[in-house]
Amino acid sequence: MDKSTHQHADTLTSQVEKATGVILSHCYQCGKCTAGCPLNEEMDVMPNQILRMLQLELPGYEDKILSSLSIWLCLACDTCYSRCPQEVKLSQVMDFLRQESIRQDKVNPKAKDILSFHKAFLDSIKLNGKLHEVGLTIDYKLRSLNLMQDVQLVPSMMAKGKLTIFPHQVKNTKEIAKIFKRISEAKQE
Amino acid sequence: MSLDIRHLTSDFRHNNMRIGFYPGCSLEGSSKEYSDSLFAVAEKCNITLEEIKDWSCCGASAAHNLDHDLALALPARTLALAGKQGLTEIVVPCAACYSRMATSKNEISGNVATRQKIEKYIDLKLSADIQILTVFEFLQKYIFPVVDEHIVNKLNQKAACYYGCLYSRPKETAAIVQIENPMEMDVVMAKAGATPIEWAFKTECCGAGFTMSRTDIVAKLSGKILEDAADRGAESIIVACPMCHVNLDMRRPEIKKQLKKDINIPVLFITQALGLSMGISADKLGLNKHYVPTDKVVNCMVKLEA
Repeated sequence: MDKSTHQHADTLTSQVEKATGVILSHCYQCGKCTAGCPLNEEMDVMPNQILRMLQLELPGYEDKILSSLSIWLCLACDTCYSRCPQEVKLSQVMDFLRQESIRQDKVNPKAKDILSFHKAFLDSIKLNGKLHEVGLTIDYKLRSLNLMQDVQLVPSMMAKGKLTIFPHQVKNTKEIAKIFKRISEAKQE
Repeated sequence: MSLDIRHLTSDFRHNNMRIGFYPGCSLEGSSKEYSDSLFAVAEKCNITLEEIKDWSCCGASAAHNLDHDLALALPARTLALAGKQGLTEIVVPCAACYSRMATSKNEISGNVATRQKIEKYIDLKLSADIQILTVFEFLQKYIFPVVDEHIVNKLNQKAACYYGCLYSRPKETAAIVQIENPMEMDVVMAKAGATPIEWAFKTECCGAGFTMSRTDIVAKLSGKILEDAADRGAESIIVACPMCHVNLDMRRPEIKKQLKKDINIPVLFITQALGLSMGISADKLGLNKHYVPTDKVVNCMVKLEA
């Protein structure tokens, strides 16, 4: 039997296998990934179902997966992979699906805050080379419009010396911005 | 109880060894006490940690979600700088930094093409092999051989050692031996005189990077962890990860709302707990920086007879 699941070169299934090295046909649907997932109750498509959809490639499966909330709820805790009898690295598949979901502009609206946080986080690193927690928080609030969230923590965090108003930075912040730039340029080639 | 001490080396000669240190962003901000307590413990044992010069963020929970190459390149920059500084071993106390660094190192050392690509992105050469130590590996390797003479207090209480995800999984980077029931931190707590308990949530996820974007999920997952620890009579929860600490300590009001009950078990970094047994003051260990009061841990200490 052909080892790889995909039939056509340009489907989501083949892209997943190419990018992650995971062989999707290895999954025999035992469901351990879903059983162990700490967020299975919150998910709209179960982890084992995502794998099944990738295996079967039925019409419309790409949209269903890429616009699911599940791929964004995945915490990358790797419980699924560590319990998988077939060692299917689902966490890596999820990483790829998230990236593809952004690329194709199919992010589930309910995942907006989660994505805003990731973006604000990376912008802080791009700017300073190190994460500036205060900057990240302000950036996230502006993106998500959750303006009042956690403001009650500010005085106590200040008192405990947990907030640094000015960011710590690497010596030459341009160096970090260049890493971001080189990677995004390579992607466009 | 089986005690696994994987890294207790026989060729121990720390006197002429340089040990690198990667604080990561949290240890410079919200988890300053983790860094302070690690340094206090090391200082007591005359061990110097050398910070990697001009280190940058590892990308933590964000980079791998958005860009695979970026998630490899960010830790690789710091690993390259460590090599340039002549370091062959670095201590990485944050679980997220540890996991990202180990993942980057694994993928780069396992594939020449990946290595060349990442070196191009960071414009630095990666040196051969840098050992990445978790905080409990560091404690076992460098502190344990000399710690006995410094231990003056017995932490007379039941401690629930909480490992979370990033030390336990995936197996390629796991810093523990028994994936579902790790013992590495339990060994350290036994050294401090505490009684490590058996419990079910040692390696469950706390909600990690969702602390701001989905606080409701964090409250739910961290609530389950806290509830199990309480049910089994834990008097403290011991962590080695800044994210786990924030979620279990600072998010306690949200957890209280979720559980509809008040659990006031304090959450300590492993270096703070060991530091207390070594007679280091609570102030120096940053115990006053926590949200859930830690006096119960301090008050349960019993002075050991000289």
